Amino acid sequence: MAGDVSYDIVVNSVVEILKKAQTGLPQDVTDALRRAEAQESLPIAKEQLEAILRNIDIASRKQIPLCQDTGILIFFVEIGREVRLDFDLEAAIIEGARIATECIPLRPNAVDPLTRHNTGTNTGDGIPDIKYEFVEGDQIRITAAPKGAGSENMSALKMFNPTEAGRIREFVLETVLKAGGKPCPPIIVGIGIGGSFDKAARLSKLALLEDTDKMDGFERSILKDINALGIGPMGLGGDNTALAVHVKKAYCHAASLPVAVNIQCWANRHASVTLEGSK
Amino acid sequence: MKEFHLSTPLKKSDIDQLSVGDVIYLTGTFLTARDEAHARILEFAERGEELPFDLEGAAIYHCGPLMQQREGEWEVIAAGPTTSARMSKMTPHLLEKYNVTALIGKGGMNNVAGSLKGKCVYLAFTGGCAALAAENIRKVENVHWQDLGMPEAVWVLKVENFGPLIVGIDAKGNDLFAKIEEKARSVFSGLI
Repeated sequence: MAGDVSYDIVVNSVVEILKKAQTGLPQDVTDALRRAEAQESLPIAKEQLEAILRNIDIASRKQIPLCQDTGILIFFVEIGREVRLDFDLEAAIIEGARIATECIPLRPNAVDPLTRHNTGTNTGDGIPDIKYEFVEGDQIRITAAPKGAGSENMSALKMFNPTEAGRIREFVLETVLKAGGKPCPPIIVGIGIGGSFDKAARLSKLALLEDTDKMDGFERSILKDINALGIGPMGLGGDNTALAVHVKKAYCHAASLPVAVNIQCWANRHASVTLEGSK
Repeated sequence: MKEFHLSTPLKKSDIDQLSVGDVIYLTGTFLTARDEAHARILEFAERGEELPFDLEGAAIYHCGPLMQQREGEWEVIAAGPTTSARMSKMTPHLLEKYNVTALIGKGGMNNVAGSLKGKCVYLAFTGGCAALAAENIRKVENVHWQDLGMPEAVWVLKVENFGPLIVGIDAKGNDLFAKIEEKARSVFSGLI
């Protein structure tokens, strides 16, 4: 017997996952930071990593956001094909975002792109950013992945010629090099290859949700090159410029090769909830 | 890598002794200022108008804090540094007009070492460490220009042993970030 997901359950769940995402990190990310701290050979860099680990402890102990930039609120929603929705799911997510802003609290970051007027609620036209996907089953899974501007601003997208796949590595390295210390390294790099202009960007962001430890040969080799740059934690030098690299691919037009690089700061915040849907 | 415990306002003798890579803990007053506050400060300077706060010997913190008002009093929830490079273009003008002695932020700045020389240092706090930063902020003393919104307003903060701060750009014209970037650039050339 399936559950009975309702407007209120979604609102409360959104507040809950935003609180979880903002006040702590997924275990795999914290573990990667601990390993980085243990391995780091440069004293300044080690000190930066120690501060990061101390910060994570304080935020989780006090249940406060670990970064003052609580980001733009992004949600990935997977809706089971068998779920019947008789309420406005989007309105519930937006209300959850508004309540979370007030009660966690979150910094109000959503502004009009031109007038810069701040709504004060982290909501506005097109914000929060919510992406829906239909999947098999009778559940709804909501993932909150708030993203700060320091790292988002350093991301890049390039439309390559189809024969230029060999230049992807260079583009990734160049993007990381240009970013330097600005996106709060050690970073996590999401790479979206293929699809279309917009799909590549979406894939690169989805890649950031992958388990930090699970990398294939291509991803590991790019990670090795990035760390060889020696930018280090916060751009002050050191062995740990990135913790992980993840690639997501999609088929694309024969005449096209879009590549997006989404840079994520060490605070790779995300949390999910699975709700039993009503059939 | 020496360690210093210093108080604001930083004197010339304080900053002259600092070299890139040194670790500092600061006690005293920080004024937060991000993009919009910088722009407004420069508009005031342009018009020759007096600012509602004092920048003489000031330490400017590139920070858009997360604050909460409880019983009429502002409380710091989280207050880590923002990306300083966004302020790079406005900083030389700011330093021409006002005697600011410390800039605190993260990630380094672009081409400001010349403007800082002889009068100001750039100190880097660990980005994202807003909970850690908040532990060393004792009090919100005042807030100006709230019409700019919470992150962009100028918050006057009392801090105690705020750190560890790394000297990123010293008053002798050395820029640690630029040095690391130059090295990274040469590694990059070798890799491609």
